[in-house]
Amino acid sequence: MHELSIALNIVDVAAAEVKRHPEAAVSAVHVRLGPLSGIVKEALLSAFEIAREASPLAHAELVIEEIPIRFYCQQCEMEVSVASIQALVCPTCSSPAGEVLSGRELEVSALEIEA
Amino acid sequence: MNDHKTTRLVEVRTKILKENDVSARALRERFQDEGVVVVSLVSSPGAGKTMFLEQTLMQLRERYRVAALVGDLATENDAQRLARTEVPIRQICTGTVCHLEADMVSNALGEWRTEELDFLFIENVGNLVCPASYDLGEALRLVLCSVTEGEDKPLKYPTIFNTADIAVITKMDLAEVVEFDRAAAHQNIQSVRPGMHVLEVSAKTGSGMTEWIEMLSSRCAMEESGKPMNDGR
Repeated sequence: MHELSIALNIVDVAAAEVKRHPEAAVSAVHVRLGPLSGIVKEALLSAFEIAREASPLAHAELVIEEIPIRFYCQQCEMEVSVASIQALVCPTCSSPAGEVLSGRELEVSALEIEA
Repeated sequence: MNDHKTTRLVEVRTKILKENDVSARALRERFQDEGVVVVSLVSSPGAGKTMFLEQTLMQLRERYRVAALVGDLATENDAQRLARTEVPIRQICTGTVCHLEADMVSNALGEWRTEELDFLFIENVGNLVCPASYDLGEALRLVLCSVTEGEDKPLKYPTIFNTADIAVITKMDLAEVVEFDRAAAHQNIQSVRPGMHVLEVSAKTGSGMTEWIEMLSSRCAMEESGKPMNDGR
């Protein structure tokens, strides 16, 4: 479990951004999270409550956008989302996944700022 | 209180592990320039990483210049054990940190002249969860699981299998005793990481080690062909 260190990183990334808006209060941090990032959503949400204390994000909530694992299926000739991280196959034709196009995301996408 | 507060969305788009990614990229470029093949090993505690590494080092040391970094929360036991191979070994004690990070690798390397190496091995902390998130700048990541752990490890820890290049099933000498279902294990690995190369080894009996050493040799030959000749070689 390293969600706390990830949560602290989120606070750092957001705090660096907040410096550009010194008068503003951050009400939310938006994070994009893919299942292949190795981070568990629920654990990250709890860790964030500890990590945000005594930081510019003390009153900010964490909004997690879950990103599906997607790949280009050669058989179906289209981009598809896998049904499960345990089975990286096309949901339509069951072809095995090639290069993953999304699903590894672990990034701060936006801040909600009140001013 | 200001009643006229407005909320606006400021786009950020910053990777949360940006610092580690930057350090890992620098390491990878360094290793590529130096022509050293860097292989990391991840597994649960007790899957046999150290034994596998010991046998790998023993078999490589006659023909290649090799070294290893070994990560653990505490103790220098692994480094002491691997010192028997007479290969340069350094222990990274992470304290309470459950995984290695790229900066720990560069700090541990210190003044080591990695450009004089053919192979550098990095044994991660025994953990199938956290190491998945941290790039160490390695060229190859191995995930090891032993036959005694059962066939469903890949399904339980899909992310680590997905970030690894090669799966190594260890302790094959015990497969029969524990009624290890090979077909199921392979199927599970392919399910979470389609096309993954799988090795079956026993570091104890040496079975499967030849295939592994040959893989490393051809990888090294590939590096050598793209590497300028050094003096005294």
